[in-house]
Amino acid sequence: QNDGYRTLSLSGHVGFGSLPDQLVKKSIKQGFCFNILCIGETGSGKSTLINSLFNTNFDDPMSTHFLPSVRLRAQTYELQESNVLLKLTIVNTVGFGDQINKEDSYQPIVDYIDAQFEAYLQEELKIKRSLFSYHDTRIHVCLYFISPTGHSLKTLDLLTMKSLDSKVNIIPIIGKADSISKTELQKFKNKIMSELVSNGIQIYQFPTDDETVSKINTIMNGHLPFAIVGSTEEVKIGNKMVRARQYPWGIVQVENENHCDFVKLREMLICTNMEDLREQTHARHYELYRRCRLEEMGFRDIGPENKPVSLQEAYEAKRHEFYLDLQRKEEEMRQQFVQRVKEKEAILKEAEQQVQTKFEHCVLMHQEVKLKLEKKKKVLEDEIAMFIEKKANAELLQSQASVSTPVVSLKRDKDRK
Amino acid sequence: CQLFGYVGIEAVLDQMKIKTMKTGFEFNIMVVGQSGLGKSTMVNTLFKSKVSRKASQPGQEERIPKTVQLQSITHVIEEKGVKMKLTVTDTPGFGDQINNENCWDPIIKYINEQYERYLREEILITRKRKIPDTRVHGCVYFVPPTGHWLRPLDLEFMRRLSKIVNVVPVIAKADTLTLEERAEFKQRIQEDLKTHAISVYPQEDFDQDPDDRALNDRIREKIPFAVVGADQEHQVNGKRVLGRKTKWGIIEVENPAHCEFPLLRDLLI
Repeated sequence: QNDGYRTLSLSGHVGFGSLPDQLVKKSIKQGFCFNILCIGETGSGKSTLINSLFNTNFDDPMSTHFLPSVRLRAQTYELQESNVLLKLTIVNTVGFGDQINKEDSYQPIVDYIDAQFEAYLQEELKIKRSLFSYHDTRIHVCLYFISPTGHSLKTLDLLTMKSLDSKVNIIPIIGKADSISKTELQKFKNKIMSELVSNGIQIYQFPTDDETVSKINTIMNGHLPFAIVGSTEEVKIGNKMVRARQYPWGIVQVENENHCDFVKLREMLICTNMEDLREQTHARHYELYRRCRLEEMGFRDIGPENKPVSLQEAYEAKRHEFYLDLQRKEEEMRQQFVQRVKEKEAILKEAEQQVQTKFEHCVLMHQEVKLKLEKKKKVLEDEIAMFIEKKANAELLQSQASVSTPVVSLKRDKDRK
Repeated sequence: CQLFGYVGIEAVLDQMKIKTMKTGFEFNIMVVGQSGLGKSTMVNTLFKSKVSRKASQPGQEERIPKTVQLQSITHVIEEKGVKMKLTVTDTPGFGDQINNENCWDPIIKYINEQYERYLREEILITRKRKIPDTRVHGCVYFVPPTGHWLRPLDLEFMRRLSKIVNVVPVIAKADTLTLEERAEFKQRIQEDLKTHAISVYPQEDFDQDPDDRALNDRIREKIPFAVVGADQEHQVNGKRVLGRKTKWGIIEVENPAHCEFPLLRDLLI
């Protein structure tokens, strides 16, 4: 870690040994954020466990089994212990595993986790940002409740955990573990762990690199998944009131290490590794999300000639590219328009031509018909003239005949009669 | 919500402490002032070790550089299990030329360069787990003990730099001022700073709550601290103390009655 720097020895008290305390004091003032996501089927004991873990009563109404899809319900509480203020957010999955068709069960959960990362990324990318006062809603740990069947993991469990293991720290838990006997429990745990390994699911490993906690963490790593019993009721044992579940055949004490692993979970989750969980979320899962998201948007660290590219350059390049693209599209559209206009013009011209020829043809026809009619008219006129002549002649003859032959007219009268 | 019993949330404080102790700290300070004001000695006294080699050794002439240069030396020091990477940036040549116009430009450029470097690391796609922090955390400005007012150079420099870095002005070689002269000088300096709207560390706009403000107000009354640096130990009343031995007495560096070095140390560290 020294990177070739000289190490100096101090000849007296300087005082920076108090630096960690300064940091701690500052953090106390800011307060801590811790966000837990509980995934489990309805009735697997999620709310009871949270109540027992934090030794308080979060108002959480029981949900029905008849919800059409999985929803997430987040509630934020402020807890204070001595001088530490903790902003605790519990996110519950409502309706998980209840549908007949469970194909989309895990998608809302993945979307929710991604949305929290996205919100943080947006805040980080802002020009004027306020990261210190930002309420961090990223999920720090996911408690996955396994049903105490005693056999193995369900397909839904495997699917869900596989889709979440690179986004969040998963701690698998066997809920309502008082229905499994001790011998069955160990077999069950082994089966679960081997199934997780064979499916390549990465659950959260308690860190073993720090000597103060490595021993206890390694032991705890071997106890995963924790078999939990939670209770909101207290039973009198001896002369103390303890959290327990009372059965006709005995009392299951929540805080008794022989009965269940509740104490181990509380130790690991809160007392020993809360800070590590937060750091893993930020340094590993969030960075992965950020990298994927920025690469999606087209940003790169190394430019085309293997030279490092800054975000600003990449942004400018992208904007330029986009602008060029836009121009090109505009040009294309313009060309298309011109083309279409030309085509339309040609069509119209052709139509015009056709109409013109038709018109001329019609005019010709009209002329011909007119000529014919004129001829006919002439002929008729001639006939009329002839007829008139004939009529005049006939009348002349008749007037001459009427003087000489009145019998003809009598005959005519008789004929008429 | 009310907790009904012990949960163990406060254990997170210890977890945090352990983690920070493992990763270690980085602290970068810059000392600015004319040559001969005791900057190197002050740094050595602050960190109780030979952090900077003194500019002039007896019998060796050191050329005053023609322009302001910046020299950074980095050391790793450890106390009570806390590792700290300390970088001290010295500015030889500041205020030493005949024409000192724009002698603060190299300094401003350096500070902005460090910010730029950090920003560039921060907006990478694949960023490092722990971004190396070379940003200057504090700048100690040494005012010569004239006893009158701040000089135009001092005002110009502090005005520009207080906008980009935490400036802590100190009166150097304060053993040439009597206590009354010291008080008057401080008064005038404070007035000067106020007239020119120079906000030195601790800045008023960054006070977060009334406790902070009360604490910082007390510090602000005493700014600038009158300090004396020394790296030699002498015997006083049977104890070995750091001090300067003169014919008329021994000036104890860590004695609040003699000089305000402890206050400076508490403020910085």
